[in-house]
Amino acid sequence: MSRIFTFLILGAIAVFASGVIEGEIQKQALNIPAIIMFVIFVGATLGITYWAAKRTKSAKDFYTAGGGITGFQNGMAIAGDYMSAASFLGISGLVYLKGYDGLIYSIGFLVGWPIILFMIAEPLRNLGKYTFADVASYRLRQGPIRTLAASGSIATVILYLIAQMVGSGKLIQLLFGLQYEVAVILVGVLMVLYVTFGGMLATTWVQIVKAFLLLAGATFMAIAVMAHYDFSFGALFADATELKGVEIMSPGGLVSDPISAISLAIALMFGTAGLPHILMRFFTVADAKEARKSVFFATGFIGYFYILTFIIGFGAIVMVFQNPQYLDLAKQAIEGGSPILGGNNMAAIHLSHAVGGDFFLGFISAVAFATILAVVSGLTLAGASAISHDLYASVIKKGKVDGVKEMQVSKIATVILGIVAIIMGIMFEKQNIAFVVGLAFAIAASANFPILFLSMYWKKLTTRGAVIGGSLGLATAVLLVILGPIVWVQILGNAEAIFPYKYPALFSVTTAFVGIWFFSITDNSQDAEREREAFEAQYIRSQTGIGAEGASEH
Amino acid sequence: MNKELVEKIKNNPDYIALVSKRSSFAIKLTISMLIVYFTFILTIAFEPALLSVPLSSHTVTTIGIPIGMAVIVFAFILTGIYTKRANGEFDDLSNKIKQSIKEN
Repeated sequence: MSRIFTFLILGAIAVFASGVIEGEIQKQALNIPAIIMFVIFVGATLGITYWAAKRTKSAKDFYTAGGGITGFQNGMAIAGDYMSAASFLGISGLVYLKGYDGLIYSIGFLVGWPIILFMIAEPLRNLGKYTFADVASYRLRQGPIRTLAASGSIATVILYLIAQMVGSGKLIQLLFGLQYEVAVILVGVLMVLYVTFGGMLATTWVQIVKAFLLLAGATFMAIAVMAHYDFSFGALFADATELKGVEIMSPGGLVSDPISAISLAIALMFGTAGLPHILMRFFTVADAKEARKSVFFATGFIGYFYILTFIIGFGAIVMVFQNPQYLDLAKQAIEGGSPILGGNNMAAIHLSHAVGGDFFLGFISAVAFATILAVVSGLTLAGASAISHDLYASVIKKGKVDGVKEMQVSKIATVILGIVAIIMGIMFEKQNIAFVVGLAFAIAASANFPILFLSMYWKKLTTRGAVIGGSLGLATAVLLVILGPIVWVQILGNAEAIFPYKYPALFSVTTAFVGIWFFSITDNSQDAEREREAFEAQYIRSQTGIGAEGASEH
Repeated sequence: MNKELVEKIKNNPDYIALVSKRSSFAIKLTISMLIVYFTFILTIAFEPALLSVPLSSHTVTTIGIPIGMAVIVFAFILTGIYTKRANGEFDDLSNKIKQSIKEN
């Protein structure tokens, strides 16, 4: 029972973390077609950045692309944020390894989206301006709420960035034959260029271009696999089970412990609804109508993408597994079996070679690199906004600062975040980072989400309740991850975990909600009274959009 | 938004209709998503054999495959249903409310 649970959690973390490739990696020979295609992509994105830079004049342009992105474009960009290299390589690798279990994960990642649409998207768009802290602090005291929300955002962003940087260094080393440090610095420098010069407009379009390339590449691979079987799933599955046994067609003894299943589901749903770089995208569209369309399209693209990764994983079973071309002979000599070069998460990359030769391998490699670049850019922009808009402009300057100055601070923050990301990426190269993205999701679900959600819907919420409850949720999430099996046992080397579950969300999210509730209802201060009275006006705006931020004029 | 305006909108029949219709619609859709997902994941937790039944005697494809795909498609359809109604009926109500403020 616990074995199954362990597998579920580890798998989920492997999928989350862009730590897509574990352990030591042998540098590959230079991959020329991949490098050419990557250079073309970088050239095109720098072109986009130049174009965007000319249109990015005000703070509103910088943070939200002027609010003029359409629902379809934003849906593509949101899907792009979600379809990281980790989910492309990780989920297809998981399907390759375990078959049906891979599908179970994908579904967990998808089901949060409809709920974001029904509950969050519209009030968020109607109440906010640049960051989700705008919404959380709408009727509460700016200083404490923004400080807490910005801390939650920055923590989430930095943890995520570490995972992405380490994953990208290893992936690029493997795919392009570049040195780890060179790869990390290259990613850091490019993302700083996109964000500082092109702001949200460049970040969004880089994400859209990449999402399109990734969907096109994955579609081609899936069609190539299906064409091989005359588009018969039965024939594909029959061949796959010949190689790996019929158990790949059924749940592989995954979740058996309901607490873990529910805890993971909560982390995925509420965590997604608390990710600052995803929430920020809702301010790039003109109004609530476009915000809804964004989620509709994003859910469609993400769902389609997961169906493709399922086919790709099975394609890799029939075309890569036991194909001597992709065997890691050195590893096989030691461990036996039929390990593939670079590990299971390279299944999709090898499949691209099997169906499309060196040229298509180069294309998919370049797309994987582009994916990392686009995702880290979005993260960095969200982190920089928390620093400039929430901490600098609202907390330190109390709102008395002009947009141009705020934008400058944001650009400085971007450069600093870029440097931090590069240093962390190099520092963590040989570290076990499996806990990092799990922790980021736990923080997003336990600190960011409860405050955001209750500020939208619960009249009795007060500043005191939000600050104490949110901090308790944050502290519980961090503490339980440290005391849990991954950090306490695997990293710190203790014999047994103090907290038995790898996903703390069920406990930390509950702590946050209970804490916020208790410290709000017992708050009898005058401020609290005023905050409750202000709810009605906020609710009307959140429901109708009266007074909401519109698109910029030009 | 001043107090007077808040009172006025609060008692506007279109606003009352908008809030009650949308809340109940959003809650119904949320609950249906949660039921579908938790039925799926708890079936895997307690009775995984139910999903391992082959579709027919001459195929290895299990019933779990179309069911899993159906959960993905279901999530997408729900977002479509909500978006269609909200972008039509609910936005019309919001616009009527905005109009009524301007007229006064």
